[in-house]
Amino acid sequence: MTYFDVIFYLFALITIISAVIVVTTKNIVYSAYSLLLTLFGISGIYVLLGADFLAVVQIMIYVGGILILLLFGVMLTNKITSVDIRTGTVHLLPAAIGVGLLLGVLWAVMIWTNWKTQPAEIPITTIKNLGNLLITDYILIFELLGVLLLVALIGAASIARKEEEKID
Amino acid sequence: MTINVGLTHFLIISAILFSLGIYGIITRKNAVMVLMGIELILNSANINFVAFARYGNFGFSGQVIALFVIILAAAEAAIALAIVLNIYKTFSNVNVDEIDKLKE
Repeated sequence: MTYFDVIFYLFALITIISAVIVVTTKNIVYSAYSLLLTLFGISGIYVLLGADFLAVVQIMIYVGGILILLLFGVMLTNKITSVDIRTGTVHLLPAAIGVGLLLGVLWAVMIWTNWKTQPAEIPITTIKNLGNLLITDYILIFELLGVLLLVALIGAASIARKEEEKID
Repeated sequence: MTINVGLTHFLIISAILFSLGIYGIITRKNAVMVLMGIELILNSANINFVAFARYGNFGFSGQVIALFVIILAAAEAAIALAIVLNIYKTFSNVNVDEIDKLKE
């Protein structure tokens, strides 16, 4: 066991346990905060995989943006003062059986497949390479995603705003 | 499967996260909780991309795709929450099993 292994198991434990809490706890606010821990754990796993820029982006966008959005969603769609913010569950047993089978199949595939690995040496920083790829090989996707974000911004604002009162 | 961390360990983490996400989507009634399950699934896919990019020596393409997935997740969360807020305004709850009409 090297330090790498110990740190990997630590992050894996954090990620899995908090993800289990996300999908099992009754209180929806606890779920949201557990999701924060999950995302931090995944960010640590990115660092172990040598993707430092991706780890920072994960923290900035997921924890700083998406999670805050989800919390807004929780707060705005529950009557916190009158009703407790618990969420109902359905199909617990069939879902557990089905997901258990799915996990078993996935696990078997991951273990028994003979992956041809050829580890690349980890560069000091990935930012320069990522930037080069973004403006050469992936320039079309990059531009399209920019347009997509603009569309999402306008669309979300126009869906969620209040109806204007018609003045005749 | 050995105790020394290799590609398989990252893939198994991703498989567990994927299964948990599916479980959350199936069992939860609240639409926001379903969204959290989707985020878990997107993250598990991202771990796979980055792990294969690292251990398969594919250069940085895997990381770039993972970056794109994160951007798509942000757009998806914004739109989905706008829709959820509208549903709440119309039906006064966001339980996905009770909302079966497109209009009031």
